Amino acid sequence: MPGEVDQDLIGLRPRETADAALERAARLGAEHTSVRVERTRRSVVFLRDGAPSNSSDSTDTAVAVQVLRGGGTGFASRTAPVPRNAALCAERAVDLAKAAARVGGGGSDPVDEPVHRATWRASYEVNPFDVPSEERTALLADWSRRLLSSPPVSHVWAMLAITEENKFYTDSAGTETLQRRVRTHPMLVAVGTHPRTGRTASLRTLGGPSGQGWEYLSGTDWDWEAELSELPGHLDGKLRAPSVEPGRYDLVIDPSNLWLTLHESVGHATELDRILGHEAGYAGTSFVSASDLGTLCYGSDLMNVRADRTAPGGLATVGFDDEGVKAQEWSLVEEGLLVGLQLDRRGARTIGSPRSNGCSYAESAAHAPLQRMPNVSLRPSPGGPSTPDLLGGVDDGIYVVGAAGWSIDMQRRDFQFTAQRCYRVRGGQVAEPVGDVAYRGNTQDFWAALSAVGGPQTYRLFGADLCAKGQPTQSAPVSHGCPTALFEGVSVRRSV
Amino acid sequence: MADRTPQETAERVLADCRADACVVIVEQGGGTHLRWAANTVTASGSADVGRTTVIALRNTREGTSAGVVSHSGVHGVDTSRIAEEAWRSCSGNPVVADAPALPGPGEVPVGSAAEWRSPAPAPPEDPLGNVPEELRSAFARARAEGRLLHGYAERHVRTTYLASSTGVRLRHTRPTALLDLTMRGVEDPATSWAGDSATTAPDTPFPEGWVTAMDDRLRARPRRTRRSACPPGRYEVILSPSCVADLMLHLYRELDADDALHGRTVFGRPGGGTRLGERLTSQPLALSSDPALPGMGAVPFVVARGADGAASVFDSGLSLGATDWIADGVLNTLVHDRRSALRAGVPVSPRIDNLRLEGPADAPSLADMVASTRRGLLVTSLWYLRQVDAASLRLTGLTRDGVYLVEDGEVTGTVGNSRFDESPVGLLERVTEVGRSTRTLPREWGDCTVRTAMPPLRVADFALSAATTSV
Repeated sequence: MPGEVDQDLIGLRPRETADAALERAARLGAEHTSVRVERTRRSVVFLRDGAPSNSSDSTDTAVAVQVLRGGGTGFASRTAPVPRNAALCAERAVDLAKAAARVGGGGSDPVDEPVHRATWRASYEVNPFDVPSEERTALLADWSRRLLSSPPVSHVWAMLAITEENKFYTDSAGTETLQRRVRTHPMLVAVGTHPRTGRTASLRTLGGPSGQGWEYLSGTDWDWEAELSELPGHLDGKLRAPSVEPGRYDLVIDPSNLWLTLHESVGHATELDRILGHEAGYAGTSFVSASDLGTLCYGSDLMNVRADRTAPGGLATVGFDDEGVKAQEWSLVEEGLLVGLQLDRRGARTIGSPRSNGCSYAESAAHAPLQRMPNVSLRPSPGGPSTPDLLGGVDDGIYVVGAAGWSIDMQRRDFQFTAQRCYRVRGGQVAEPVGDVAYRGNTQDFWAALSAVGGPQTYRLFGADLCAKGQPTQSAPVSHGCPTALFEGVSVRRSV
Repeated sequence: MADRTPQETAERVLADCRADACVVIVEQGGGTHLRWAANTVTASGSADVGRTTVIALRNTREGTSAGVVSHSGVHGVDTSRIAEEAWRSCSGNPVVADAPALPGPGEVPVGSAAEWRSPAPAPPEDPLGNVPEELRSAFARARAEGRLLHGYAERHVRTTYLASSTGVRLRHTRPTALLDLTMRGVEDPATSWAGDSATTAPDTPFPEGWVTAMDDRLRARPRRTRRSACPPGRYEVILSPSCVADLMLHLYRELDADDALHGRTVFGRPGGGTRLGERLTSQPLALSSDPALPGMGAVPFVVARGADGAASVFDSGLSLGATDWIADGVLNTLVHDRRSALRAGVPVSPRIDNLRLEGPADAPSLADMVASTRRGLLVTSLWYLRQVDAASLRLTGLTRDGVYLVEDGEVTGTVGNSRFDESPVGLLERVTEVGRSTRTLPREWGDCTVRTAMPPLRVADFALSAATTSV
């Protein structure tokens, strides 16, 4: 595969650097050591009304060493990945592990993982960094100008963020992997003002970040042309939309909105480190407990949620995680029943699981790996209905499109979500736009209200590239696939 | 090759750069942290920070374009490569017709040039100092008392060097210590949180006794007391300084003048213009920033790295001074770079990395405010604040780890958590009492903005819209 390996990372001689760390850590008594040498490129450009307003390009290279020694864990990182620094990192990590063990470190042994030696590259077609920056910016500028030429759009804010992540991993068990993947995140926000009322509204493109390359902007898996053509009309509808009447409604939720609800209420709730209380002081815990496996009714029997680190184009898709575990796919919820959790190697040991399912990730070599979310997706119903068919079964409801605001409590139980745009559904047909919709619910009640799931033709992949967790805080990219789905009797209130 | 100093790296980039003007920002430092949950250490780590950022400017007849490129590392960074990349990236970027010339030595903080030449302060041998020992004692005590401690301690130092082709040479060091502690009962649903940050000398470790003192503070809070639910409604609340910090940081983020002028924020006036000069509260509240605030020192010059949008690259190195955003309850200043200030005909007022809200000089303490409360809620931390309406800056969020019922001047029980819906701007109109301002750590924003000093506020009709059983 062309471009399989980042030659700049190879030029850093990562194996030589890692060997220095492994040797020093072993000499200092570390029972398990892992080393990452990473080179990450990021580029972002912002445009206002079609003119670039701000941009930057960055390249980060660093070495990271994590050790387990005497019941404590220690981590150290340095920006210049050379053998001397790697050895210093090993010394520092061992010192910190000793200190943690003296206090009372929770450094359980990682569960076993077969030894892997592999090179892996994500399935993108065109590395976005191979496209000249002028060309990247010109496309966003062209899209912005097209939007600006269509009333009621008065301003357009655009962004394109691209990332290339190159990672060399090795550990004291003998695993050695080399990986390369990219992320592409275009976003446009159109702003308009109602000519009579003076009311201002904005609408964001629904196509989110992707693990694909430049081909994503050419229409692979997302029809940008269609979205840009329709956006001014949708904005006009939003400007004229009356506020929603609070009450209980049947909601037909588009995958462009439902992915975020799934992320917050299922994705985070099934993270084992939250369940174990490791995030109790910061990101929060979960209403789920490890003993709920196989017994907790998460939602209706139409609810099937799969986790994976393998989906093509997925933001959490890798060949191997940051503990050297091969990427896998498994179930979190089957027919409404909780059947799986997200594990890293230490977490797996804690709950007696024989193997991690590969959910370890660090934002960069400056960060220690945490248990992070894989791609988490609601499965479509085989042979299930289309979106019009789902709408056709609703006599009086709301069709919810595009993720906007979100807020959920510390145990992932009670939440509120808003949308980019909403429509009343009357007599099985999409009717007029309706504004200021905020739907609220309790995770289990909400998923119990799932009464119809769209077929594969409604299934789409969305996601977030800046999901934050941990102290020091680090971000992770993650995708969520969803079909269109119907939820009955959901509480709706005005967001303003 | 011998390691270069940050100053030498900056000078070499300037020498290698063929741009018409150039700024080099070198950041160096490191941090060490310890994290724990349920009376057990879960992570300990250390990371150095090194980054070299080059801003190249190209002048044409139409104006100036800027290219911004950043590489991790300081000592061994390829100076000619990064300079060339920045210069080349100018061509793909916009030409700014009214770009001001880079600030010269006369427009930057006095005295910083002398500091430039001195070596960066050496970090302490043992950055976390006595934290492990204090934690071990705290864990033992917590286990004996049926309590679970969760928390995080971090000590880091960042030094920023800024050099420009106009002769500016600046350096600033920011040492920071952070501590937060959450207490849960093994069999008690009541939870408590406390957090703090401190600015200490760069070569000194974590403040001694801090962990023990914070644990003492949490132990003194009500536990195993009557716990009541809180039905939706409007309540008199006393917001702790941490809560006020989270709310005011949302307000501060919306102070950009251009955004206000274009009606994108709560500080735009319907139909055009801004709300400058408008009274936001009847209380004598002052919201200000000042890089020279004792104990809360921030970088005293503009550091613009490009895409974060917080400052203009053309203002790099510009001196920052005390700024009153709200004075005596009136919106007094919006955030302006030099270009927008010139257009608006006002003094330049860039963003500063600290924030203080103050009331009257004889303001009561939080304890005094509780003592004078007939019936109300004391809220000690907020979480998951998200904007739901830009025009009003309405936020939704949750109370977390410490809501208390106050009756006849005393805390009489704990209260379950609730979702709230409030605007930090609208809320100012309903402030009925302002307490004494103290340094505080915002619970939600504490991972990025730690230099805040806030008072407790008594707010009438605070909107709690739904109770949650979550803790």
